[in-house]
Amino acid sequence: MIKRARIVGTGSYVPDKILTNQDLEKIVDTSDEWITTRTGIKERRIAPEGVYTSILAMEAAKKALEQAEVSPKELDLIICSTISPDQPLPSTAAFIQHGLGANTCGAFDMAAACSGFLYGITVAEQFILTGKYKRILVIGVELLSRVMDWEDRATCILFADGAGAAVIMPSEDDRGIVHTIMHIDGAFTDYLHIPGGGMRYVSSHETLNNKMHFVKMRGNELFKVATRFMENVSREIMEQTKISIDDIKYFIPHQANQRISIAVAERLGLPMEKLYSNIDRIGNTSSASIPIALDELNRAYKLDKGDLILLASFGAGVTWAGVLLKW
Amino acid sequence: MEIEEKVKSLVVDKLKVDAEQVRLDSKFNDLGADSLETMDLIMAFEDAFQITIEDQDMAKITTVGEAIDFIKQKKATA
Repeated sequence: MIKRARIVGTGSYVPDKILTNQDLEKIVDTSDEWITTRTGIKERRIAPEGVYTSILAMEAAKKALEQAEVSPKELDLIICSTISPDQPLPSTAAFIQHGLGANTCGAFDMAAACSGFLYGITVAEQFILTGKYKRILVIGVELLSRVMDWEDRATCILFADGAGAAVIMPSEDDRGIVHTIMHIDGAFTDYLHIPGGGMRYVSSHETLNNKMHFVKMRGNELFKVATRFMENVSREIMEQTKISIDDIKYFIPHQANQRISIAVAERLGLPMEKLYSNIDRIGNTSSASIPIALDELNRAYKLDKGDLILLASFGAGVTWAGVLLKW
Repeated sequence: MEIEEKVKSLVVDKLKVDAEQVRLDSKFNDLGADSLETMDLIMAFEDAFQITIEDQDMAKITTVGEAIDFIKQKKATA
């Protein structure tokens, strides 16, 4: 009998090319000290020319499938979370399905920004619990270096490229996805957005000249809602599953900014050693950040059977989400 | 005054400064707060006084005295 949906394999991939804070000092008016104290980021990975989103996604997916011992042909569904797709049409999931050599199963993209991976595993969980599907690939992938304004020092220092993936399958014991919560509040759509290139502001010389195809961010306002929403959703998860902060082995927040992660951890009364962070090396990879972090912990053998892992995210929308895993 | 004492103690606590440094005309910036620390402080005010400080009001609160006045006014009209 299916009791839960479980992450059976994880994988991640980041490009080889490292862009350090010192490199950025040559591009925009900034300093290593400023970036480090404001964000905790020391370096990030940037995909080379010719590499695009589905390529990063497939690298991460192959590792997750290998660990799960699942062949691409056995997949029932592929969910690709991204806000930086290969093309506006068709979905990046289409390129991934074909590239991996999967059968003509269902596959779609999901746009929940930095909360995308948590939204994705929440959706996958439903298909597993109903018994409809048995093997689902969920990917969080971003190529944010391509939508950065490299003259805007508030954003180009933050965002980076990478991919993380998980294979989700039925579990007959209580290990797996214990609880999920998704939220959005569209009152804050302009806190983090790419205004141009859609049907509202169709791409034109004017939208390009006005740099409307790049990410715009209201950092201070976003800091406030991000901190509060991630704290709240973490509390909701713990209350609804009747656990306390002491029961959690690791807390993995979306790696947006180390200052936000620390503010959330402090508000939750979480000991800092339980806060997982890789932002110093990886930067903010939006929907890829949580699956990359989870894969790092998994492959470093830091997760034991039965460990409770709390995941929390926020992103453009503003979306926010929480997931509790029993490993 | 209760609000004044509470604001000052939050500033001391959040910005890790000595109480003697915190005067009504002290700018958060001069007390060593960067933009995110100021935001953290604004959130602490919201939590402590059970108020909401809207985006357009945040920019107006740059000193200890401004915070106290804003909170008093907010509490009076609540």
